[in-house]
Amino acid sequence: MDIKAYIALSVALFTIGVIGVLIRRNAIIIFMCVELMLNAVNLLLVAFSKMHALSNVAKASATFASDAQIFVFFIMVVAAAEVSVGLAIIVMMYRNVHTIDVNFLNRLKN
Amino acid sequence: MALGSAIMMITSKSPVHSVLWLIIVFFAISGHYILLNAQFLAIVNIIVYAGAIMVLFLFVVMLMNLNAETEPIKNYRLQLVGVVSGCSLLLIIIMALNRLDVENVVEMKVGDGGLIKVLGMTLFKNYVLPFEISSVLFLSAMIGAVVIGKKDMIADKK
Repeated sequence: MDIKAYIALSVALFTIGVIGVLIRRNAIIIFMCVELMLNAVNLLLVAFSKMHALSNVAKASATFASDAQIFVFFIMVVAAAEVSVGLAIIVMMYRNVHTIDVNFLNRLKN
Repeated sequence: MALGSAIMMITSKSPVHSVLWLIIVFFAISGHYILLNAQFLAIVNIIVYAGAIMVLFLFVVMLMNLNAETEPIKNYRLQLVGVVSGCSLLLIIIMALNRLDVENVVEMKVGDGGLIKVLGMTLFKNYVLPFEISSVLFLSAMIGAVVIGKKDMIADKK
């Protein structure tokens, strides 16, 4: 398959994530849109690695194909850690102000 | 399918529906990983994202007892501005990508780079240090989450 199809898909997913962050006021959904953007980038990384696997540089190194996928794997690891901390912050914010509307947080102190 | 689900995700009113749509997006992305012969990543994507992270999101949504009525009143002009700026971002990226003409082809369903055996050998031979650092990161994230979550309880006791 053409690499352009994957580029188009990833860019579209990323843009949907950006639009979601911009138009939603719900903190959880904003967080989910960030996850969507991370996934779009992951998909593009894997597609590019498979595209590049045909080149001479890739054939020279034995572990080329798995290197990119290890990279994606680490992105997933960091995303999982980030989600746990972020959700804890959202829960704490909900306890304090009893809403998850991000517009409510436009000032640092009352 | 992924695009449709993603659009449904940001437009659906209820957060629970939004989470479910996002799970469908993740399954679609996993299907793409399988097509690209990255089976390990596909399985990890399903387990970690569609399983663990989404259950966490659903748990938090249920914990806060959110439904469509608690959705705040939106500023439609602001939403319009958001959509317009997002679409212009899409346009800019597409224009920038049009300039380069890559005619490369992604190789589908071949190569053994995505198999667990090869990935494991690479991970534990060449990438041992990042692996250990990520384990430390996980530990600190866990401790951080617990500390943030417990802050209110400490304040109540005082």
